[in-house]
Amino acid sequence: MTETRDSIKDIWGPRTGYTGQWPVRVDEQTTETPDHWVQSACVLCSNGCGIDIGVKDGRIVGVRGRAVDRTNYGRLGPKGLNGWVANQSPDRLTKPQIRRNGKLEDATWDEAMELIVSKSKQIIKEHTSGAIGFYTSGQMFLEEYYALAIIGKAGLGTPHMDGNTRLCTATAAAALKVSFGTDGQPGSYTDLDTTEAVLLVGHNMASQQTVLWARILDRLAGPNPPKLVVIDPRLTFTAEKATVHLAPRVGTNIPVMNGLLRLLIEAGHIDPAYIAAHTVGFEELKKIVDKWTPERVERLTGVPADKLREAANILGTCKTLVSTALQGVYQSMQATAAAVQINNLHLLRGLIGKPGAGIYQMNGQPTSQNTRECGADGDLPAFRNWGNPDHIQQLADLWNVHPDQIPHWSPPTHAMQIWRYCETGSIKMLWISGTNPLVSLPDLDRVRKTIEKEDLFVIAQDAFPTETTKYADVVLPAAIWGEKTGCFTNVDRTVHISHKAIDPPGEARSDFDIFVDYSRRMDFRGQDGSPLLTSTWQTTEDAFEAWKKCTKGRPCDYTGMSYAKLSEGSGIQWPCNEAHPDGTEHLYTDGVFNTQIDNCEAYGHDLETGAPHTHDDYKLIDPKGKAFLKGVDYEVPHEVPDEAYPLWLTTGRLVYHFHTRTKTGRSKALNDAAPDSYVQLATEDAARYGIVDGDMVEVTSRRGRVLEPARVGDIEPGLVFIPFHYGYWDKPGRPRAANELTITEWDPVSKQPHYKYAAVRIRKVLA
Amino acid sequence: MHLGNYLGLLENSEKQLCDAFEHVSKKHRDEPDIEQMCAKLSAWSREHRGKVMPFVEKYSKDKSKEPKDLRRDLFSEKRSGSLALLRDLHDLWLLTQEVHLCWTVIQQAALGLRDEDLKATYTFCYARTKRQAEWLLGRIKQAAPQTLLVAA
Repeated sequence: MTETRDSIKDIWGPRTGYTGQWPVRVDEQTTETPDHWVQSACVLCSNGCGIDIGVKDGRIVGVRGRAVDRTNYGRLGPKGLNGWVANQSPDRLTKPQIRRNGKLEDATWDEAMELIVSKSKQIIKEHTSGAIGFYTSGQMFLEEYYALAIIGKAGLGTPHMDGNTRLCTATAAAALKVSFGTDGQPGSYTDLDTTEAVLLVGHNMASQQTVLWARILDRLAGPNPPKLVVIDPRLTFTAEKATVHLAPRVGTNIPVMNGLLRLLIEAGHIDPAYIAAHTVGFEELKKIVDKWTPERVERLTGVPADKLREAANILGTCKTLVSTALQGVYQSMQATAAAVQINNLHLLRGLIGKPGAGIYQMNGQPTSQNTRECGADGDLPAFRNWGNPDHIQQLADLWNVHPDQIPHWSPPTHAMQIWRYCETGSIKMLWISGTNPLVSLPDLDRVRKTIEKEDLFVIAQDAFPTETTKYADVVLPAAIWGEKTGCFTNVDRTVHISHKAIDPPGEARSDFDIFVDYSRRMDFRGQDGSPLLTSTWQTTEDAFEAWKKCTKGRPCDYTGMSYAKLSEGSGIQWPCNEAHPDGTEHLYTDGVFNTQIDNCEAYGHDLETGAPHTHDDYKLIDPKGKAFLKGVDYEVPHEVPDEAYPLWLTTGRLVYHFHTRTKTGRSKALNDAAPDSYVQLATEDAARYGIVDGDMVEVTSRRGRVLEPARVGDIEPGLVFIPFHYGYWDKPGRPRAANELTITEWDPVSKQPHYKYAAVRIRKVLA
Repeated sequence: MHLGNYLGLLENSEKQLCDAFEHVSKKHRDEPDIEQMCAKLSAWSREHRGKVMPFVEKYSKDKSKEPKDLRRDLFSEKRSGSLALLRDLHDLWLLTQEVHLCWTVIQQAALGLRDEDLKATYTFCYARTKRQAEWLLGRIKQAAPQTLLVAA
C-alpha cells in the first residue's frame, strides 16, 4: 500500500523549480501491492497523463504516473489518483436491461440488441434513417468513435450524430478551423517549459488540468518564472497566481480581447512581416478593434483601464507566449469570435509554430479530440470537409460505399438540434453512449420532457446507472477504462494507448464490441456486398489500422504509429508518419496553414450569424495557406439581469469532480472532499439578502429553481456561481443541478450552448 | 426621375423584411437559434430602413403612393407543424431578394447621381442584406431534408 501524497489536501504536490525538461516525480496511490502494472493514460480530464494501472488478482488496486511520459513525467492529480476505485463500484451496470410495462428489467444481450435492431429497421422503413440520432461522448476511445462514425455515416446514412463534446470543445474546433483551416492544436506542452508568459482566458487550469498547472507552478518556482495574465470573473486558484488578473463582467470577453489587441497594435507590439507573409484580414480586424479604447473597455467590462494596459504590455513584449482558453470563453456569448481573438493575438505577434509559443484551445474531456477527429460528432473523419466532394469521395472509397450514402448535404446535425428534433418528434430513436444529458444539458426541465416522450425510443449505454439511464428503453452495460484497449489523444496531440488491465464486471461489454455487434446484426454492407465493419475488424487494433488509413495525408496523420510503438514508452504527438516518425511538436512551423481550398475542413462561416460559406464563396478568398484574421464587434447577451431576476448566474467545475460525478462521485476520497453542490455569492450580496455561509438559498431563473447551501466570498458582486457536477443519482429530492437554471441557446458558429450566464434571483429559505 | 419611387419601394421592402423577421422570431420561439437570429436580423433591417429614410425625404417628389405589400402575400396562409418553419424561412429568403434587388437598382442610380452618401449607405446595407440571405439559405438547407423526408 502506497500513497505518495494526500492529493485531496495537496492538490498539485510539492514544488520543483526547473529549467530545461520538467523533472520526473512519480505519484502513486495503491491499496495493495500490485502483481503487475498495465500501461494506460488517465481519463479524468483532458490532460492525458500517462498512467500505469496496478493489478492484483484480476482487480485494480491502484495507479501510478508514468515517468517516461512527456505529458506528466510521473505526476497525477487528485482525480487520477482516486478515481479508479469507481471501476469496482458495487452499483456498476452488469446486465442489459429492457423496459417492459414501464419498468427496466434484466435481459440478455441477444434480447437487447435484437430489440434495437428491429426498432432501427422499423423506423428506417417508416421514416428513413434520418429519424435515428446518436448522442455520444468525449470519454470513449478513438477506435470506438471511428466505428460509430462509420455506422452512422456509411451504415445508416444519418446526419444526426454528435457528442457531448458539443458542450465542451466544439468552440475549440470551430476557432481552430476559422483561423487555421482545420482543427488541430498548434502548440505543445513543452512550450510551457520555456515560455515567458501565459495567457489563460476563462480557463481555471488549476482546477481543470491539475498536472498541467503543476508544470506552471514549477516554472513559477524556478529561476525564470513566466508572467501570468488570467481573465476570469472569479478569483479562482488560477487567478490567485496571476501577475495580472482581469475580472470582466459576464459576457464581455470580446470587448476585453478587442481592447487588448487594440493596445498591441497601437504600441506597435506586432510583427508586420509575419502578418504580411502569413495572414489575411489585418486591416478589417484593425478597424473592428480600433473602437475599443481602454476606457471604453473599462466602462463595459469593469476591467480597469490601467490593468488592461498592464496585461497588454506583458502580452505585447514577451518573446514567447502560451495562451489557453476554455469554458469561460466557449460557453459564453460570442464564443467562437472570442476564441478566435486569442488565435489573432498569436498571429499578430508571429508567436506560433515555434518553441515556447503555443495556443491551446483546450479540450474539456480526455478523448474529445478523437470524437472530433473520428467524425463521431458534427465533423467528418480526419478533418474532412462536408462541402468538399473530393473529401466525401475519399471516405466513400475507404468505406466502399456510394458517396451519397454519406450525409453531406448540409453540416452534420449538432447536438442541440438533435435534441430539438427529438422534442418535435422527428427523431424517433436516440442512442446515448457514455454521457449523462439529464444533468449536463441546459434547461433540464425541457430535456426531461423530451426524453419522456412516448414516441422517442431511447438507448443508454453506460457503465453506471445515471439520471439518464433511468429514462431509457434499453440500457446497455458498458466496459470502461482499464477494462478494454484503445487509444486517445490529448490537447497537445499526444496519442496514448490504454491497455486492458482487468475484465469488465458481469456481462458488461466495451463500446467497441457493442457498436460492431450492432453493425453485424444490422447487416450493413459495402458496395461489393462485404460486411461494413466486420469483414476486416476483429479487434480494436484492426480498427486502429483502418483509422490510420483514413488519416493518411491529412493533418492528423497517424500512419507512423502502431499499438506496438505506442506501447514502448511515452505517448506520441500527431502528425506521425514517414516524414515525422517520432511525431511532431509544433504545427505550422513554416507559417503555412491548412487553409488551402482542397485541404481546409470548412469553407468558413459568417462569425456573427454562423451562415456557412460555400465552395464558390471560398474560391474568391482562398488564402492558399495563409491564416485568417477575423473579428467581430460586441453583442449584448440575450438575457441580462433585470428587476425580476437581478443577478447573473455562472456555472463551472470543482477540482475534485468530473462531469456529472458518475465516476468521481463513486470515489469516497473525492466525494468526501466535495460532497454537495453550493451557491457562491459575493460578501456584498450575501449581506443584502441576509445570508451567511451554510444558509439554504433558493436560486430561480425563468426556467427552473434549485436549493443550494450558501458559500460567501471570492466572487464579483452581482454574480453567483453553482458547480455543474451535481445531479440526483446519489441525492434525490432537493433540486440541485445547476442546469435546472441555464438557457437553451448556442453560439451561431460552434453551436456550443451558453452555460456561463443566466439571469436569476435568490432568496434565503429556512432549511 | 423615378428614383424616389424606387427608394420608397426599398424602404417598404426593408420594413416588410424587418417585420417578417420579427414575426418569425416570435412565432418560432421553441427554436432558439431562429428566435435569436431572426430578432438580430430584424434589427439589421430596421437600421437599414432608418438609413434609407433621409434619401426618401430627399428624393420624395416622385415617390409612388402605395408600394405592393409583398409580405401579406407571402405569409398569408396559416401554417403549423414541421413544414411551417421551412416555409417561413423560405418566404423570408424571398423578401431578402426583393430588398437585394431594390438595392442593386438604387446603386445604379447612386453611381449616376454621384450621391456619395447614398453610395456609402448602399455599400453598408447591401452587404448585410446578402448576409441575411446567406444565413437563411444555410438554415433552410439544414432544415430541408429532415422536414421533407422525415418529419411526420
